[in-house]
Amino acid sequence: MAYLLNTADDQREMLARIGVQSIEELFAPIPASIRLNRLLDIPPALTEIELSARIQELAGRNQSTSEAVCFLGGGAYDHFIPAVVDAIVSRSEYYTAYTPYQAEASQGSLQAFYEYQTLICQLTDMEVSNASLYEGGSAVAEAALMALNIREGRREILVAESVHPEYRQVLATYMANLGVTIVTLPTPDGFLDPDTVTKAISDRTVGVIVQHPNFFGFLEEPEAVTQIAQKHGALSIISFDPISMGLLKRPGQYGADIAVAEGQCLGTPLGYGGPYLGIMACREEYVRKIPGRLVGETTDRNGKRCWVLTLQTREQHIRREKATSNICTNQGLFALRAAVYLTALGPQGLRETAELCLRKAHYAADQLTQLPGVRLQYQRPFFKEFTLSLPVNVEVLLVRLREQGYFAGLPVGRWYGPQLSQALTLAVTEKRTKAEIDGLAKAVEHQLAQAMPVMR
Amino acid sequence: MNNQQSTELLFELSKPGRRCHRLPACDVPETRPVSDLLPANHLAATSPSLPEVAEIDLIRHFNNLSTRNMCIDTNFYPLGSCTMKYNPKRHERWATSPGFANLHPLQEDDTCQGMLELLYEMQQYLCEISGLHAVSLQPAAGAQGELTALFVAAAYFRDIGQNQRKRVLIPDSAHGTNPASAALAGFEAIKIKSDTQGLVDLEDLKKHLDDRLAVFMITNPNTLGLFERQIQTITDLIHAYGGLVYLDGANMNAILGITRPGDFGADMQHYNVHKTFTGPHGGGGPGSGPITVRQHLAPYLPTPIVVREGDRYRLDYNRPKSIGRVRSFFGNVGILFRGYCYIRTLGPDGLKAVSENAVLNANYLLARLKHAYEIPHGDRCMHEFVASARLLRREKKISAMEICKRLLDFGYHAPTVYFPLVVPEALMIEPTETESKETLDAFADTLLKIREEPAEFLQKAPHTLSISRPDEVKAAKEPILRWKPAVG
Repeated sequence: MAYLLNTADDQREMLARIGVQSIEELFAPIPASIRLNRLLDIPPALTEIELSARIQELAGRNQSTSEAVCFLGGGAYDHFIPAVVDAIVSRSEYYTAYTPYQAEASQGSLQAFYEYQTLICQLTDMEVSNASLYEGGSAVAEAALMALNIREGRREILVAESVHPEYRQVLATYMANLGVTIVTLPTPDGFLDPDTVTKAISDRTVGVIVQHPNFFGFLEEPEAVTQIAQKHGALSIISFDPISMGLLKRPGQYGADIAVAEGQCLGTPLGYGGPYLGIMACREEYVRKIPGRLVGETTDRNGKRCWVLTLQTREQHIRREKATSNICTNQGLFALRAAVYLTALGPQGLRETAELCLRKAHYAADQLTQLPGVRLQYQRPFFKEFTLSLPVNVEVLLVRLREQGYFAGLPVGRWYGPQLSQALTLAVTEKRTKAEIDGLAKAVEHQLAQAMPVMR
Repeated sequence: MNNQQSTELLFELSKPGRRCHRLPACDVPETRPVSDLLPANHLAATSPSLPEVAEIDLIRHFNNLSTRNMCIDTNFYPLGSCTMKYNPKRHERWATSPGFANLHPLQEDDTCQGMLELLYEMQQYLCEISGLHAVSLQPAAGAQGELTALFVAAAYFRDIGQNQRKRVLIPDSAHGTNPASAALAGFEAIKIKSDTQGLVDLEDLKKHLDDRLAVFMITNPNTLGLFERQIQTITDLIHAYGGLVYLDGANMNAILGITRPGDFGADMQHYNVHKTFTGPHGGGGPGSGPITVRQHLAPYLPTPIVVREGDRYRLDYNRPKSIGRVRSFFGNVGILFRGYCYIRTLGPDGLKAVSENAVLNANYLLARLKHAYEIPHGDRCMHEFVASARLLRREKKISAMEICKRLLDFGYHAPTVYFPLVVPEALMIEPTETESKETLDAFADTLLKIREEPAEFLQKAPHTLSISRPDEVKAAKEPILRWKPAVG
């Protein structure tokens, strides 16, 4: 049997030492009435060779982003991953270890997480970062829980409609049983107008959640929103794009209280949605309210610098029902990926990556908006992602483009309803080439030429 | 491994001008400056102050750091309740194949039929193994799985008009996540006592049964490694009072193919795929915490769920009673993928043999230790057991902490210590089935040797690692959570 070591002799000796006749006897505490008296109905065992064939067969039925030209975004991006990232995380000293409870035997992970925390602080200009959360959506929900904890008594959260629809769903699910009101602020112009916040905010408001750049790819006004939130005693919660930090002002620079992000773009493969990395950073004053693992510097008995899990009195295994969160792990291996990625890029590499994304996205938008009937959905500045309004039904167009090898973008009407049924959101990373963008523009032009007479 | 190597931080290695990754020249026309593309009030004046290092600096730094970790691939890791079994290398190879690793979560179902088929089959396997009827693969970890199940329970009671059910009953031996999750789902967590045998105190449980009962959360086998013999009586009682039974599946490694939670009355359970079906623990994540539920709870599960129509698979989002989502995208697919490979490799006989050998190994270790260490809850266990250093501490001033730190010197990861809370000086030991008798013998010999060592010596352990015991009080009192450049 795969991975099992006990031989028949071993088993006999072990049973004798235990003082029982059979393994079956060890299961005596399980009453016969609830025993499964048959084998599980799952397929028979496969050897490595056989299962390898099965996996290849299944993989062959997927069209991956390495076979298509990918303009899909929406929180998961086809950025380049330098080989050093995979080289480090494939070391089993990292990936087959567990939570560093025994600091003396876990200095590798602990120091790496401390470096991750520092890198996230550098990336965001925030004062404190935890050792990571699950992913970007639950990070937003955890930020809301944290805000409720910081501003006890306030029970209303304002969230921009331009925040990732799945993140807003997660938020709603997490808040559903806590007597919290979520007010979704409309974004008819493709961003949250600060005046809308001013009108909606009150002394019941615990926090205002904005994603910048937003789900449509357009820039928000996080600085103005932060100021309005704080003027009313509410927290400013910003979901940011880590790659955009190569160009855009950082949450700490405009005074955000909590900054969260999906960290997939920092060296994690697309992997059909997970595991990813939830980034969370906050102001120093909230350090005892932040959820998740924290690694801190200290010294050992000989005065040597070292690292430990710290401030654990916030956590579930000590606080139980009074804990700040029920989270008991981080995404260690993916925090490590992000740490290696950010270090591999450095300030210059991050800036260049961000600038390539920016320029290529704008080139793509320029090419596509030259086509008849195609325009930007909103007149707003954007970074690496943007939303177009097309003169045709987007769903049909996407099928045709897929046949030609393009994952051309997200039909955002699926989340926002019929008023955006002709809207398409495209993400352009540093990996996309001019030839690929030109190819897409040509393919769209061709499809529009075919579809337009019908549309009329 | 050289314990004396430098532990400089990345930031201390940084030197302006050094670089690792380089980007290609921009191949689209740079007709406008950046300041034309982005408004000035949005632009940062400077780049983030990330470290600047060369590729070899980076590689040596992280490779050297890695040697300061214990891990399954180098050390026996009997960390109770964490099921640290071997992580097969084949999974790592398959998981990184582009046909799986490079799938975008929002690409169309038509373009990832192989992925969906795998996930669909995984859904089927998890239902079969738990004896329950419907499943969500979405939760990212066990803790999120139990939270999701409690959200499902809350939605169910709301839907059937029983909003008064606000109490979640939790045995005192439970993981801390149980009460924390209950509170987050809007419930009141109530502690149920354990009896002298470490099982649920039925009399205490009965005191809390009324129409406020929502959910009874139980870990079975429990955190003491004991199977609740009266589980059927307990679940019948809970059902009689209109409550739901939630099984914390942390300890599924003991009962695969032996008994099924659905067959002993559980209505919901989570799996820790990373434990039971061996996803690498990654230094503390990622995990994966899918939940299975009984049919009447299926409508409330998160969306989407993989459904099969003829020979096609698709994601079903149209579930009007769903609680919504607990995370973005499908789930921790990479871990689910490895779990799938594991289940396919073992098959029905293999999974049963996993539990048989996990239980055999734990009982053998217990038998080897019981004369030297106090085992408060009897001399049989399931997949793990809890020893206590209470007497050792009283008689020889050797605490559980001392034992665990000294074990590190011998190249063993320590057991889980000071948990469960119901056992003083607890040492929770789970060997798993992927260890040999020789390993268990050597570990037992070491534990026997340690208890004979002088207390003063043990109090200074570990003696051979790259650091001695860290000052945790100092770390918490004046937290230093990030590196900062020296001033001046």
